[in-house]
Amino acid sequence: MINYLIAMATFGAIYAVLALALNVMWGMAGMVNLGIVGFYAFGAYITALLTLNAHAPIALGFLAAMIGTAMMAALVTLGLTRLRDDYLAIVTLGFAEVVRIAAENEIWLTRGTDGISGIPQPLKSTLGADFNAAYLVFCLVVLAVVLWVLERVRTSPFGRVLRAVREDAQVAAFAGKDVLRFKVKAFALGGALAGLAGALYAHYSSYIVPEIYVPLLTIYISLALTAGGIGNNWGAVIGAFVVVFFLESTRFLVGVVPWLSAEQLAALREFLIGLGLLLVLFFRPRGLMPEPLPRLVKR
Amino acid sequence: MSGICVSGCGSNTNLEKLLQLTLNGLMAGTVLAVPAIGLTMIYAVLRFVNFSIAGHMAVGAFAGYMLNAWAGLPAVVAVLGAFIAGAAVGIASDHAALRPLRGYSALTLAIASIAVNIMIESTIRFFFGGSPRDYAIPLRRDWTLGFLHVGPQQVENAIIAAIAMAILFVFLTVTTTGKAMRAVADNPMLADSKGIDPDAMARLAIGIGMGLAGIGGMLVGLDTSIDPLVGFRAILSVFAAAVVGGLGSVPGALVGGLAIGLSEELSLLALPATYKSAVGFLAILVVLTLRPRGLLGARA
Repeated sequence: MINYLIAMATFGAIYAVLALALNVMWGMAGMVNLGIVGFYAFGAYITALLTLNAHAPIALGFLAAMIGTAMMAALVTLGLTRLRDDYLAIVTLGFAEVVRIAAENEIWLTRGTDGISGIPQPLKSTLGADFNAAYLVFCLVVLAVVLWVLERVRTSPFGRVLRAVREDAQVAAFAGKDVLRFKVKAFALGGALAGLAGALYAHYSSYIVPEIYVPLLTIYISLALTAGGIGNNWGAVIGAFVVVFFLESTRFLVGVVPWLSAEQLAALREFLIGLGLLLVLFFRPRGLMPEPLPRLVKR
Repeated sequence: MSGICVSGCGSNTNLEKLLQLTLNGLMAGTVLAVPAIGLTMIYAVLRFVNFSIAGHMAVGAFAGYMLNAWAGLPAVVAVLGAFIAGAAVGIASDHAALRPLRGYSALTLAIASIAVNIMIESTIRFFFGGSPRDYAIPLRRDWTLGFLHVGPQQVENAIIAAIAMAILFVFLTVTTTGKAMRAVADNPMLADSKGIDPDAMARLAIGIGMGLAGIGGMLVGLDTSIDPLVGFRAILSVFAAAVVGGLGSVPGALVGGLAIGLSEELSLLALPATYKSAVGFLAILVVLTLRPRGLLGARA
């Protein structure tokens, strides 16, 4: 049981980092992103290939995952900034699918649908059975640092400009702000964090495969952010843990309704996720913890 | 695409291959245009991108499956059931889940439609399971026209799609209700002042749009096989068709469907088949960058 809880908490922390990444792009810079899972996959593959094929140290893998994904995100933004919200939703969804399809097809690099196994786990041989607990602590520390940095960013002049860009890009431009540069920077920061989350996952599970990176995962993270409150960093973190708790607690439905098959239970779980997202939109459209706004701003 | 050899089938010259792929692309594009028109019609009246089009494609595919494989009706008749099921589920799901959110941003509605989509797909998965099923259609040999090979089922699908679209065009241009719907899409305020009930028009647009999605889902399934994600796998191409043609434009969705169908098939000359859906993505990006309102779209 304790091992199970540790695993769940680790997933919660990784999803929280991912939700924070999405919050930078969507909540702070105001650009919808239904392709967060594409960046997450990108980071995981970078570090997996570097540490496994090039025998790079794990720390270097993490760094490369962050930088590589940040660059990817910046590049993607350049093509996207002019698009309207609903087009952005379609295009980013498509982007993540293309990343997954590429991972499935470029077998020479990614080993296709077989996935990459044996990704090194840090200090596994020294820690032995304690690895999982230690990795949880590591994830929580990373999460705390990310959260601290993002809270600093949010209240910094950079964060203020981002909010201005989000609310009204024309006014921000009129005030002399280079809107495109701010958006690219925000996307790069979000990309770096998504890459970080990807690396956290890869070195935890030691196995990655394209089918992990399906749009449903994007929905989980979007649900975490929407439930927590778009624009609110703490909300993103709490939302991520709530979603993981929700997903996992539905596993115990097996005990309540034993006549359902595994397939039906999985379907039921997906259904509940959809329903949960809908209920949040119905009753708390700004999330459980709405974005904290400066005191002078009234809505 | 069943039974059509694309490479390594003997003495095909490049020109023959090109013509074969063009033919395939036009047939696939005609089918693709059907759900794309559904998406674009709903967008024209309600002004948001309804992601649950994928789930409604699956609804139509499975309704048609029950009529065809279980009740023994021929596919051509079962398609009517696919339309009715798509329309009914579409109106019901919109009424329960999306209508209460009207007035929120287009993005909120799009996200809510994703939630609806998950709920529809998981419901189908709950009752039918996730593994693929085949329609009860006779296996037929490909027709040969010189060096061209055509699958009879594909031709039949393209004809069904063409008939469905022809009926829709007549409805939109000749009938009073169809004109009223176009009026709402064009200028909701003016239409309202002329006494057209916007709610009734919205319901009608969703009914027809999701009904078309149901037909599209079944036609896609007839060509391959069906499972709860049959619509989701096609959704990038459907979006691409609607966006390339110009979201909100019905003739645009037809042109877009043909354009995407053609480019997906012709991409096989250079890319492996699995990259097909990446073609739609690229097409969206290129068109939105060069001409944000699409080929035939009225406004950006």
